[in-house]
Formats: sequence, structure tokens, C-alpha cells
Amino acid sequence: MEDTTSLEQEKENKEQEEAEKPWERKIPSSSQDSEPASSDPWEVEQGREIGPPPKNSPPRSPQSKDSTYLDDLRTPASPSHSSPRELSFIPSVLALAKQNLAIPSPSDRTTNEIPEAGKLHPDLLEQPSDKKEPTQHHSSQPEGNTCQLPQQPKPLLQRMRNVSHNDKPKGQRFDVFQEEDSNSNYGLDQTEPGASEAAPSMLETAIRNAKAYLLKTSSRSGFNVYDHLSNVLTKILDERPEDAVDIIENISQDVKMEHFNKKLDTLQNENEMLPTYEIAEKQKVLFLHGHLEGADQELEEEIVENSLPNIMESAFYFEQAGIGLGTDETYRIFLAFKQLTDTHPIQRCRFWGKILGVEMNYIVAEVELREGEDEEEVEEEDMAEERDNGESETDEDEEDELPKSFYKAPPVIPKEESRTGANKYVYFVCNEPGRPWVKLPSVTPAQIVVARKIKKFFTGRLDAPIISYPPFPGNESNYLRAQIARISAGTHVSPLGFYQFNEEEGEEEEEPEGGRDSFEENPDFEGIQVTDLVESLSNWVHHVQHILPQGRCNWFNPVQKNEEEEEEDEGKEEEKGEESDFIEQEVGPPLLTPISEDTEIQTIPPWTTRLSSNLIPQYAIAVLRSNLWPGAYAFSNGKKFENFYIGWGHKYSVDNYTPPVPPPVHLEYSSGPEITEMDDPSVEQEQAFKAAQEAAALASEENEETEEDEDEEDDYD
Amino acid sequence: MDAESLLLSLELASGSGQGLSPDRRASLLTSLTLVKRDYRYNRVLFWGRILGVVADYYIAQGLSENQLAPRKTLYSLNCVEWSLLPPATEEMAAQTAVVKGRFMGDPSHEYEHTELQRVNEGDKAFEEEVVVQIKEETRLVSVIDQIDKAVAIIPRGALFKTPFGPIHINRTFEGLPLSEAKKLSSYFHFREPVELRNKTLLEKASLDPSLDFMDSLEHDIPKGSWSVQMERGNALVVLRSLLWPGLTFYHTPNTKSYGYVYVGTGEKNIDLPFML
Repeated sequence: MEDTTSLEQEKENKEQEEAEKPWERKIPSSSQDSEPASSDPWEVEQGREIGPPPKNSPPRSPQSKDSTYLDDLRTPASPSHSSPRELSFIPSVLALAKQNLAIPSPSDRTTNEIPEAGKLHPDLLEQPSDKKEPTQHHSSQPEGNTCQLPQQPKPLLQRMRNVSHNDKPKGQRFDVFQEEDSNSNYGLDQTEPGASEAAPSMLETAIRNAKAYLLKTSSRSGFNVYDHLSNVLTKILDERPEDAVDIIENISQDVKMEHFNKKLDTLQNENEMLPTYEIAEKQKVLFLHGHLEGADQELEEEIVENSLPNIMESAFYFEQAGIGLGTDETYRIFLAFKQLTDTHPIQRCRFWGKILGVEMNYIVAEVELREGEDEEEVEEEDMAEERDNGESETDEDEEDELPKSFYKAPPVIPKEESRTGANKYVYFVCNEPGRPWVKLPSVTPAQIVVARKIKKFFTGRLDAPIISYPPFPGNESNYLRAQIARISAGTHVSPLGFYQFNEEEGEEEEEPEGGRDSFEENPDFEGIQVTDLVESLSNWVHHVQHILPQGRCNWFNPVQKNEEEEEEDEGKEEEKGEESDFIEQEVGPPLLTPISEDTEIQTIPPWTTRLSSNLIPQYAIAVLRSNLWPGAYAFSNGKKFENFYIGWGHKYSVDNYTPPVPPPVHLEYSSGPEITEMDDPSVEQEQAFKAAQEAAALASEENEETEEDEDEEDDYD
Repeated sequence: MDAESLLLSLELASGSGQGLSPDRRASLLTSLTLVKRDYRYNRVLFWGRILGVVADYYIAQGLSENQLAPRKTLYSLNCVEWSLLPPATEEMAAQTAVVKGRFMGDPSHEYEHTELQRVNEGDKAFEEEVVVQIKEETRLVSVIDQIDKAVAIIPRGALFKTPFGPIHINRTFEGLPLSEAKKLSSYFHFREPVELRNKTLLEKASLDPSLDFMDSLEHDIPKGSWSVQMERGNALVVLRSLLWPGLTFYHTPNTKSYGYVYVGTGEKNIDLPFML
């Protein structure tokens, strides 16, 4: 205790030497007065707050050290005259702190001190303090009492701080230091009293000791407090975030992490950026392609103009409807189309749409190849039929031997020729613009039939297998093609009158195959009012043939083929006649039927029409959205129209998908007496049977012998 | 997506195809700022669009300071006038679970559902057919709530939890690095955690309590219900939900931009296990 008082007196002597402002002198005097009275309660206070008694120095000494640290850090910028001000200021702050601590003491003491404190403050409180930050280092004070005075010194303190400091962050720095250092300097208690006793050289020793402590590196991380704090402060000063004090811990953490991450950065960046660069390179090729043409450019231009669709224009209209892939993505797709038309002989092509997949997406182009460019149909599925024939021939020979299976696989329905029906167009897909285009194989009716029964997500890889029940005959490229065919057949529509049938002779002849299937553009099409297009669905027609349940657009009668084969196998006519009673011809709605005839989905109409904009109807376009295939859109502005698909590639159904049940087990060979198992007769039965037999034999012999001898009958008994 | 960065966000989320037409975009920009002012929200998110048969609902959500507090949902039919929706309750969820099919687009439309209810009268107990009317607004509220609880996501580190409780936007969030952006564990459900307590102590020990206080997507059932894709080379990571098709989440790695939007019919894809 003696030490403290002497210590304080030393400090006050210093103050009196260096003090410049009158109020600073006043405070030491008042504190001197109140000291003898207040030292006890102050110690008590300290004891309550911090714990062991000899801790009354920590609040003070760190402050003095703080000032020197501040000086160290601020040396490049700060003028030297501010430092003595700092030194003088801090003890005065300290004194006020003491006063603060003293004030909430027992009331008999406070009555002494309050008037003194009150004397000081009116002078200083002329300018209202508008910054009332919570003082963090004083937060440990007991503030339970309702005395108002403790609050007055606080703004005072802040203002004093602000007066001497130029900007806020420094004040906060001050706080930060106090918090951190007050925890770390307990060990130096012993040296402190000694340090400040003598002249500033002892102070410097203390400072050096403390600095050495802060420079001590941590054994775990190789950091030290000093460097870390200076990094944090440098970062804050460089970046000047708002409310830095709120995120100070995060900044500190970030600085620590940055230190570690530096070495690994270069490696990581290289790995991560490679795919980006690859794609960028590929797309750059798209952009450069036009320049590499050379002499043939003019010739090719003509062809290219014919076949390249104006994707940007359609994209503009679809954007009015709210559908689209974004302008630059669409432009890249446009360039990819240009690449497609340059590398393949294409008559006409169209941007069909985008199908989303789990790992990658598909960009689909609907293409019509030039005449004679597409013969690579090699597979013939007639092998199955020949096998059937083989079986039926051998059956005749083996009729009596083994039970034969009556199962005949249903005849495979051949796929449609190219350019007709479901295979009217050829489709190319790519995963991303810049990647090579892949041609999808033609679709077979069997694939369509099975595709109707399953529902699977696309993965994005064309060779992925489709594992499903019923088993899909093919891999993902076939499934994709089948879904594209179904979507086209279900949702490609055009305004009424845009297409018309070709003028042909003899239209209403038999032609069991679904009627007319060729159409052409109507040169006299005058356009339909947009409002009409929106109001009535009968103004839109399907221009793609409907796919029959069989899987084809044009009906194929499997019975006909069988009848041809019957001429070869004679004994089979009856059986075949029984099986193929009369397969009804499957009929679908003919081409160019209005979509108002489409069946509803329970109660919901299959199409939704909208005007693209309600605010400016005179330039709006009609937008058609399919409810059956979510993602299929069509627009028309009266004269032009376009269809588009963007989605996952599945049909909509209100009820859940239920996988089809496996078929019932095939009937076994019919049971008849020849193959029915019978129990072996039991012993009694056998004996009875034998007795009966013997009786019968006896009877017959008796009959015989009655004619000859009647004497030997007794022997047989 | 944040209403402040609406245009950029729409461009980034356009990979799924469904976006907004220019007039809707323009009306949204103005009306959402007005909503923010009138309702005094801290942040306004454009949640998405539910496609109805007759009309579409545009949905926005307003957030207060505490980012995980229940959000206020507003809907509009024309992107100009917004109406507040009531908060979702359990009874609503139970009621609307029986309604199937598309949204009509008319908030006052009522779905009819006939139920067989047992009525006990004295000794006899017989079943009566009761027709229950469910308003479309109720259905809208509960569907939005379900989608939020199931698939609204946020990258790890975007929010941080203070020791006092409220959850703030992390201003030092610099975006996910590329190596983390492709993993499902770097994304969290934007809702109160449900599974966090069930983790083993070992797992919990490696979590950072200020950042890892929400469920991650790793353990979502069914496995594989998220599709993670990189678009534009590696410049954009897009997550699409397969359980609620139409929900798209986008994030540009190493930047602060992220967000999610739902454009769809508002129906859960119950066939998901068959489709994977």
C-alpha cells in the first residue's frame, strides 16, 4: 500500500512537470486529495474485481506501456510532440480511472468525493459528448449502483481520448491493447513497481521486457503476439472495414490463416484453374473459327446462311416469355451451331432445346441432313423373326417328344425409315458449347414403348446404362433419343395455317398408315392475331406426327408379315390364326390437328397460354406452355413461331410413378393323364388288384374248362 | 436471391432455363425496394416463381437481423403489388398433404377433398363423406415452407453465429474455394438444424461452432438428390435439387455471390427413388 501511494505520487510529480493543460493539473490535485481516503476502497475495489491485492498496478502500467507501444507502431507517422502528451494524458486517465473506481465505493466515501468530481466535470462537459461507446476496459467496474456520476467520467474519458487521438481506430487500438495486455502482464507485476520508480530508463527496461515477452514465439504455431497484432492492425488500416471492432476476431483469424495458406496457394490455383482454361480454350476456338476459312468462305456462306437458324432472334422472343439461357450462353450455343453446320452436311437445323442431367446437361440440335447423307443403318432386327421360323419348323418334328413352349415372342416391330415418322429428324447433342457434337442413333418403336414405362434421370453421359424394369433396350443415348421423339411429338406446335398439306391427288384412298404425313409451309400464311393465339387453343396445331402406342407414327401391322410366313409353314396356320385374331389398327390424331383436341390431364388443360407482357400488349407475343411436358414452350408473334424445350425430359403425371408389375408366370404345360403324377398303389390295393386279376383269370379259365373238364376245378381253390 | 443483386443473380441462375421476362424483372427491381422500405426488412430475397395453370405466383421473402429467424413470405401475381402470407403451421401441412396436382394460380381457389370420417353417434359408428375445402393460399404457404425446409441452401461460412445468439451475415466470407465448392458438405440447409445433435462427438469436435451450426447437405435422404455441376468452365457451381425440381442454387467460387431461386410447379418429385 505504501508502494502504491508512493508510486502514485511519483506519477503525479511527472504529471506536474509535463502537464500542459490546466485541467490535467486539477485532476492530479484532486486525486491527491482523495487518495488517502480512496486508496483503501480502491484497493478493495480492485480486490473484488481482479482478485489478489497486489494487482492494483496492472491497469496503470499497461497503459504506460501502451503508450510506448503506440509510439513504436506509430513512429513513421506520428509527430514526436504527441508522445509527451500521451504520457501525461495516460496518468490523468489513470487518475480518473481511480476516481471512477473510487466513486462506487461505500456511500460515506462518495459523499466526500462526489462534490470534488462534480467540480471538475462541469468545465469539461461543456461540449456534449456525442460518442458514448461502451468502454470495454471499464466494463469490469461494478455498475450496479444508480449513481449517475460514473457515467459522466466515461464520456469524459472518451472525449479525452478522442481529443488526443486523431481517428477512431487508434482509440480502439488502445482498448484492444488494454484487453490483451492486461491479461498477459500479470507476471511482470514484480518488476513494475521498481520500473517506474526511477527515471524513464527503468521505464524503458520495463518496456523492453514487455516487448521481448510479446515477441516470444509460440511453440505451436511459430507466431508471436507482437507480429500478429501488427499484421492485424495493418490489415485493418489498409482495408478500413466498417465496424471493425465487431469483426476483429474474424480478422485476426483470417490473418492467421493467410499465413498458412500462402505456400499452398500457387499449387491449388493451378489445379483448380485448369478445367476453366480448357473450356475457355475450346470456346475460343469457336470464336476464331470464322477467321480460318479462307477462299471457300463465300461459297460456304451461302449454304451456311440457309441452314444456320437465327438462334439469337428466337432467344430474344423467348426471353420476353421468361425462358432462356442467358445472352452470352445463348451466343456460345449459336457459335457451336455454326461449328456444327460447318463440319456436317446439314440442310436445315434448329436449336431444339436443353435437357438437364444430373452430372452434365445436353444441348440438343434438331437437324435435317442433306439428301443422301445418312445411310448408316446397319442393324437389322429381323434376326428375331428368323429364329421364330426356325423354332416352328423343328417343332413339327418333335411334337411327341418334349413338351414345347407355346411362347412366341411378339414380333419385333421394325423401326421407321429415316426421314419418316419418329425418325424424321436427326439429332445432335453436346454437353457444352465447345465440346464436339455427337449424333444420336435413330429411335426404334421398342425403345419408345419402354421409355413410356420408365422414368429416369439423365446423367449426362451418353454411354451410361439404363437400369430399369422393364429393361430398356439401349443406353442413355437411346433413352435420350426416345424422350426427344416423345417430346417433339407431343409439344411441337405451330399456328394454324402456317403449314399446309401438300396438294396431292387421290387423298382419300385406303392409305391405312395414318393419312397424310407430309406438309410444307404455306406461302400465303397471313398471320394470326396474337390475342387470338392466346385466347383459343384451336389456333395452334401439331405439326409432328403423333406416336402410336405401338411406338411408330405409321401403323405397322405385324399380322401381315406373319401371313406371308404362313405360306412357308403349313402346319401352323391354325395356331397363328388363333393368336393374331385381328390386331386393330392403332389410330392417332392426324397431322395438323389443333391442340384444343388434346386430352386433359385430369382437370387441367394440357396447355397454358399467356401474353408475354400485360403492360405493353401491343408488342407482346403469345406464349404457350405445356402442362403435360413441363419445360416445353412455344411462342408466336403472329407471323413467326418457334418451339423450345428446357427441362429434365420427363412427362408430367399427377399420380406417382408406379413401376409396371412383372407379367404373370407363363402357364406350364397343360396337365393331362399322360404326364400327371399318380401315387403308387398301396399294398392292399395291389393285393386286391391281384386278387381281382386272379379271379378274372380264374373265371376265364373256368369258362374254358367247363367245356373240357369239370373235375379239376377244385384244384384251383 | 438477394434483391439487391437481382440482375446478376438471374443471369447466373439462367442455366436452368426458367428465368424472368424483362418486364417482370423491371417491376421486381422497383417493387422489392419498396417492400423493403415498407416492411422494414433487413434483407429481401426474391424466392422464386410458382407456375400455376392460370397465373403464376411470384414469391419474395423478407429477413430480419437474425438470419435464421422465421422469414416473412410475400406473394404477388404481377410483381408490383405484394401481399403478406400467413406463417406456416403444422395443421396447414397436414391439410395440404392430400392435395395433389398443379396450382391454379388463383389464391382464392379451393380444392375439394372428400374424406371418410367416422362419426360416432351413440352406439353406431358409421362413416360419412365429408368434403373438406382447402384454400390455395394455404397450400401455397405450406408448399413454400416445405421447399424452404427441404432445399433452401447456403454455402458454409456465409453466416456466422455470435455468442449472444443472433446469426449474422459473415462479412469476411470470401466465397468457397474451388476444391470445396464441389463437395456437398460445404453447403448447409438454410434452416434451424435438425440433425446436428445426432452427430457423434468425434464429428462435433472438428466443427467450428461459429460457422458449422446448420445441417449440411451430405446426409440428405435420398442420397443423390442433389445435382452438382460446374458451368462456364469452373467459374460457376450450380446445385439443382432433384427432389423439388426447379430449385437452382448458384455460387461463384471465391466471390461473395450466391443465391437460390425456385421456378417450378410447386410439386415434390416423389418418384425420385425410381429415377436415380
